[in-house]
Amino acid sequence: MVLLLSRVDRDFSWVGAGSVVIAAVSGCLPAFGVLLHGSVEQLRLPWSVPFGEFFIELDPLSAWFLMPTLVLSALSAIYGVGYLRAWQGRRSLGPSWFFYCLLVLGMMFVLLARNAVLFLMAWELMALASFFLVTFEHERESVRKAGWIYFVATHLGTAFLLVFFLLLGRETGSMDFTVWAEKGVRTHGPANVLFLLAVIGFGTKAGFMPLHVWLPEAHPAAPSHVSALMSGVMIKTGIYGLLRALTFLGVPPLWWGWGLIAIGLTSGGLGVLFALAQHDLKRLLAYSSVEHIGIITMGLGVGLLGVSTDSPVLVVLGFGGGLLHVVNHALFKGLLFLGVGAVLHGSGTREIDHLGGLLKRMPWTAAAFLIGAVAISGLPPLNGFVSEFLIFLGAFQGGVSTGGAVAVPLFMLVAGLALIGGLAVACFTKAFGIVFLGEPRSEHVAHAHEAEWTMRLPMLILAAGCILICLFAPVVVGSLKTVLESMTGLQPLVVDENLAAAISPLSFVVLGTALFLALLAALVLLRRHLLEHRRVETDVTWRCGYAQPTPRMQYTASSFAQPLTDLFGPLLGTRKIISPPRGLFPAEAALKTMTPDFSHEAVYRPVFGRVHEWLSQLQRLQHGKVQLYVLYIAVTLIALLVWELR
Amino acid sequence: MMTDLILVLVVLTNLKLLGSSRLGSSIRVVAAQGVMLGLLPILVHVHELSLHFAALAAGTVALKGVVFPWLLFRALREAEVTREVEPYVGYITSILIGLAALATSFWLGGRLPVSTGEPASLLVPSALFSIFVGLFLIVARKRAVNQVLGFLVMENGIYTFGVGVVAELPFLVELGVLLDAFVAVFVMGIAIYHINREFDHIEVNRLDQLKG
Repeated sequence: MVLLLSRVDRDFSWVGAGSVVIAAVSGCLPAFGVLLHGSVEQLRLPWSVPFGEFFIELDPLSAWFLMPTLVLSALSAIYGVGYLRAWQGRRSLGPSWFFYCLLVLGMMFVLLARNAVLFLMAWELMALASFFLVTFEHERESVRKAGWIYFVATHLGTAFLLVFFLLLGRETGSMDFTVWAEKGVRTHGPANVLFLLAVIGFGTKAGFMPLHVWLPEAHPAAPSHVSALMSGVMIKTGIYGLLRALTFLGVPPLWWGWGLIAIGLTSGGLGVLFALAQHDLKRLLAYSSVEHIGIITMGLGVGLLGVSTDSPVLVVLGFGGGLLHVVNHALFKGLLFLGVGAVLHGSGTREIDHLGGLLKRMPWTAAAFLIGAVAISGLPPLNGFVSEFLIFLGAFQGGVSTGGAVAVPLFMLVAGLALIGGLAVACFTKAFGIVFLGEPRSEHVAHAHEAEWTMRLPMLILAAGCILICLFAPVVVGSLKTVLESMTGLQPLVVDENLAAAISPLSFVVLGTALFLALLAALVLLRRHLLEHRRVETDVTWRCGYAQPTPRMQYTASSFAQPLTDLFGPLLGTRKIISPPRGLFPAEAALKTMTPDFSHEAVYRPVFGRVHEWLSQLQRLQHGKVQLYVLYIAVTLIALLVWELR
Repeated sequence: MMTDLILVLVVLTNLKLLGSSRLGSSIRVVAAQGVMLGLLPILVHVHELSLHFAALAAGTVALKGVVFPWLLFRALREAEVTREVEPYVGYITSILIGLAALATSFWLGGRLPVSTGEPASLLVPSALFSIFVGLFLIVARKRAVNQVLGFLVMENGIYTFGVGVVAELPFLVELGVLLDAFVAVFVMGIAIYHINREFDHIEVNRLDQLKG
């Protein structure tokens, strides 16, 4: 629709964003209804594709994922109107909006499709649309490289999914999700293979740790509102796919739960460590996405352990925590990416070490970013806490009530999740502190300006969402009921009972939050009252008694993270290039740190290099000599003829 | 009797092609082969001679005996070449390989489960032999004219096969095959001319410089 309209860029932006918003509003209503009543809506149309049927269905699980998808799509679209204005006139924005709409459409159909062929087509539509969005600034070499890495990664994932669906189709003789869910795969051997295929295939999209390489490349390359959408909701389609796949595979053996918890711990721990070591704000956020995918996966792992051991408390709290974290992560990660986008838009850089002191120049963005940062660290007054609390609670309860094989991974999870939470706080203290506090570190900041209202509004809505989810935590957790019932097949009463176990402590937290906010407001008022008739001086932040302070005396991103990156040095492999000060009157000294991605360096580069070498040998066959080509054909044909007449 | 004579002549002309370096004589040999094969359907279906076969024979003879040689001679003149020099496979070796191919053709012809008509014990082997020789010429020679000749010989083989094996080959299909061959030779003649003008030679092995 967008492409058909006039070539005036202003129109493109408004039409593109408008159509996404309209779609989101009209899509949210039925999703909300389904969540409320637990009903299921279906639409089947004949479709002339082999094995295909245009069969979409809205059940509570789809609705749960659909809501944040649509909300974040609409908000990012509104944001994009302002964000893309910088390119107006230099670049036709039509294609960008066209692919944005396609991406939203693709994600919706991925969530709704109930036929394997339709699902895969939507999956590919999503991948292709996002590829074109990532390569928006395709004139830059680094962006093109990032685009290709993403393209290859997503297609490798799809290859596994193709095998997964074909095997399932062969096992059950149908391509219909509802048939698969009813029949399931009862035998263990194929189920194990299918589980592994699904984990690799969907895990590539979600960004499980060894498969995550495309995230830190693609997210920085994409325009910020697209990064927000991709990181906030698109990678969650991988989680959705995994959950949907689990409903086909019958009762899981214990090791599936262990496996997911192990993946979650690896992704979470290494994700947050790498995030801590980054200098690029968007790369930092990308690694943080890997971390949170890890946390969600831990929740799913706890749930799976619960299904295997028939312990409803694990099922409800594990899956519930994971699902809630999906929504929460969509909110705060979307918010943070939009915030970084505003910083990038205002100052023109996303290097943490070039920024500083933005709080005064961009107060709205800073406030929104602060809320996002607190939420993403899982601190109590905000929404990130609620979902992590559910997972903690589930792991504790399960660990206490069961023994041996189940309890050990659960306690490891508790310890790991606590460590991850602590590191996340450090990571986002660094991000917020270096970027928004202190003094400007470079010229970039000097002409930084606050974002326009189309960009501020979505950030504020998302920030409000983060606060509201915590304030209404009991209600939100209660609304998980229908999803959990339909997904796990537990009795409503059992789900209620177990959710209540989480709701009662949460109510205290909410009360505490409300008290805290009231106290904070009172203190602010008190301070204002006390200072009313006095002279208030403002001064340079990092004075510290020096007569000639310079911004270069401040902490940098590297020095702030140094104690932690040194502690985890063996895992991170941070490289330092130091030229220390020499002599009695040292002239210059330099320090440069960088943290390359270990799986990219140690696994993918050698493997792909070897594959490339190996395949290059095939090029000898393609030498451009017509005679030999004919010879190939002739020899093949004659050999076949002789073979047949033998 | 006449059929067998023609088929033996076809086999001999094929061997002559393998052993000849002069492009002009090769073109004449292929033309002669084409004329003989054009007469073949009349001789095979001598009892049920009809306008259909006569028209087909006339068309084939005109095309293969007159038009193709004329096009190819023109191309030769324009490219100013007369001989194949330094082929990939030498002429003696070529003839030896040709003999091996002939043996293979007879062996394959004996085993091929086709319902040949009564007089045609030689038909299938010679058809296969023509196809092999055509392919061999394409593979083993460098001059573009020889490639075209190889293609024509291969087409002759397919034609022989069709005449002998499928008695009631639809008229339209035969015309189609003929048209195909005509277009192919026409295009290749023009291509040879242009390749020559562009690169000052018509050696196919040097076309790999065009590869990306």
